Amino acid sequence: MESKFKVEYSGTVLKVILSGKLDANNSPALSEELSKFKGKTITEMVFMAKDLSYISSAGIRVIVFAKQKVGENSKVFLISASETVLDVINMTGLANFMTLQDTYQG
Amino acid sequence: MIRIDSHPTHTQGTYKLRVGKPLPFGASITPEGVNFSVFSREATYCELVLFNKDEDAPIEVIPFPEEFRIGNVYTMIVFELDFENIDYAYRMDGPFDPREGHRFDKTKFLMDPYAKMIGGRDEWGVDPDISKKYQHRSRIFYDDFNWGNDKPLEIPMEDLIIYEMHVRGFTAHPSSKLKYPGTYAALKEKIPYLKDLGINCVELMPINEFDEFENSRISPVSGKRLLNFWGYSNVGFFAPKAGYAATGKFGMQIDELKTTIRELHKNNIEVILDVVFNHTAEGNENGPYISYKGIDNKTYYILTPDGWYYNFSGCGNTLNCNNPIVRSMILDCLRFWVSDYHIDGFRFDLASILGRDQNGAPMSNPPLLESLAFDPILGKCILIAEAWDAGGLYQVGSFPSWGRWAEWNGRFRDDIRNFLRSESGSLRGIAQRIQGSPDLYAWQKRGTNASINFVSCHDGFTLMDMVSYNGKHNEANGENNSDGSNDNSSWNCGWEGPSNDTRVNDLRTKQIKNAISLLMISQGVPMILSGDEVGRSQRGNNNAYCQDNELAWFDWTLVDKNVELHSFFRRIIAFRAAHPVLRNKTHLMNTDHVGSGYPDISWHGLRAWQPDFSSDNMTLGFMLCGTHADQGRGRDNDIYVAMNMHWEMHGFEPPGLPSGKNWNVFANTDLKPPFDIYDPGNEQILDNQHEILIGCRSVMILVSK
Repeated sequence: MESKFKVEYSGTVLKVILSGKLDANNSPALSEELSKFKGKTITEMVFMAKDLSYISSAGIRVIVFAKQKVGENSKVFLISASETVLDVINMTGLANFMTLQDTYQG
Repeated sequence: MIRIDSHPTHTQGTYKLRVGKPLPFGASITPEGVNFSVFSREATYCELVLFNKDEDAPIEVIPFPEEFRIGNVYTMIVFELDFENIDYAYRMDGPFDPREGHRFDKTKFLMDPYAKMIGGRDEWGVDPDISKKYQHRSRIFYDDFNWGNDKPLEIPMEDLIIYEMHVRGFTAHPSSKLKYPGTYAALKEKIPYLKDLGINCVELMPINEFDEFENSRISPVSGKRLLNFWGYSNVGFFAPKAGYAATGKFGMQIDELKTTIRELHKNNIEVILDVVFNHTAEGNENGPYISYKGIDNKTYYILTPDGWYYNFSGCGNTLNCNNPIVRSMILDCLRFWVSDYHIDGFRFDLASILGRDQNGAPMSNPPLLESLAFDPILGKCILIAEAWDAGGLYQVGSFPSWGRWAEWNGRFRDDIRNFLRSESGSLRGIAQRIQGSPDLYAWQKRGTNASINFVSCHDGFTLMDMVSYNGKHNEANGENNSDGSNDNSSWNCGWEGPSNDTRVNDLRTKQIKNAISLLMISQGVPMILSGDEVGRSQRGNNNAYCQDNELAWFDWTLVDKNVELHSFFRRIIAFRAAHPVLRNKTHLMNTDHVGSGYPDISWHGLRAWQPDFSSDNMTLGFMLCGTHADQGRGRDNDIYVAMNMHWEMHGFEPPGLPSGKNWNVFANTDLKPPFDIYDPGNEQILDNQHEILIGCRSVMILVSK
């Protein structure tokens, strides 16, 4: 599956729509895209993961990076992630600072 | 800052290159790409080989140009490498002259000795394609992790309760009822169990990458597939076992292990790794080329003058630990595990090998052991030696320590076992073991922390088997019962193996309670074998290294079935934690040096103050004076322990207490629940303060109040 992402910034919410794989191939590009929002007011960072089939360690690090460098004071959401992705998130310690939800209204 | 040395200078195919940095060794992610660095003293040629993940055919072969060699190190940066999706290897050329110790073979793909992640056995027990030329594959991984405020815990060593366990075996049994049994993630789920038991340190049997299929075969007895379950056969020293991670198939074992360690630390549980630096999985001249053999055989292995492999490990080869290059690698490796994984300590398998010189002779001041003892990064790290090897060196009590090294105290195990089975002549040894073995360690002023006390460990019988079998029953290992130790100092309580006789089973339960009682009331650092607290049996197999099945797994149904034992363990561990007088750092002096009117430890027989150490006697009592706790700086209750390993009941006179104080019963192994043991602080006052009846083969523990 081709890897894609789309970033939307509306109000104070930064929404990232993920699909396919998030790995070392495309995570630098996503990281660069997210860096553009440094300094902007972000209260919520929302990663839409319904169509995300796989997340690698590089992908996980983009989310950590986004929290640390872009939206330090924001709340991070992961929405509609598959069971496999959720397990990886849990077992690699990422679940600690993000809210895992089935849906996101906003 | 703009650097002027970060542009490529060479190309190979589609890859852009430049000379790298020789340090650190291994593959490191840099802003430009990946820095590769590998040592070989004797190689005449080296090339980096890149593969798509798991594929057999290389996608690129990049020879190191001569200008990329610095001394004996080949190093280069490969720019813009898609490092998550590749494997890498080296190929080296050089002399093939076994008599001189050289075994270069340019056709072999060689794993990086510093590989931080190793692929090829990503999921436990999944049959590998052995036709592939590159089996154990170097991979590249980020070394960052969100540790928060975590760091090694540095719990005072005398306060530790070590729990020796196998990551896979702990949760692989279906009764663990976990989604990913047998993994680091599953261990994390069982932390509440460990905490409830009172464990504050887990000692993990090897978690370095190894090949579970090494010497895989079918058991002629059980018909089951035998694997290398224990893993005392390293493929790589820097990489965690991928097959122990639920995320190993995604290449995320490093993050999963770190997450588990972070969670253990959060629960005040330290992590000690069992490390195997005595040999590698490459075996002898008939073994495979994995890495070291093809990179610099003469550097990495101790060889005979004719170039054959010395076998002090019993596993085919012996790592050349006191060669400066190998010494540095071991130091780098341990520093890496402490700084990158926050590991609290190490237990060194067959550690005496680490003290042999390059010809195999024992050294008086081995440089490797000294380096480890004084290393700044390992400065607060626990170092435990298994102070013997398979070449006949036995150094319990004499392992070179520089005041830093502790030892698995094999004498403790042997003396306690002999006492438990009523061997004559046991008492003098028992008195030493209870005091933290001053006969072994006081002469070097090493204190009680030098002694890791244990009655059972992964090698040998479990506690339940120690009281159920006179001899080993290792037929299922497929070696005609010739493997494993013949010297078990065990006693089957009257019947070999499982019994329906209540008297036999009650005696076994009592003997296990006696064993854990003696372990917990002894000075020194106690270590429990995982599963002993619930009476785990291996059906008499005292060498379950190849039994990846119910025989060696922790059966969680036993927690309920053997609640009597589990409850006893939990309470006696809590008792040790509650009483500092059981955890002196220095050896007791057998004198009253704080003016309490009692020596720090006093010895008693059936009559108070009259111990009988004659060889046929099986009874002994001792009292620890609470005023001497923490070398007189603390205050604790007095504790009196009466031990009767005779097969008949005896009356004991406890030592008298100052007026206003009475003896209270904490434990009496002769009784059944609820009278066998109480919660610490809830002890029951002794009716007759002047005489107690101790049943046959029983231990009673009293506390003054």
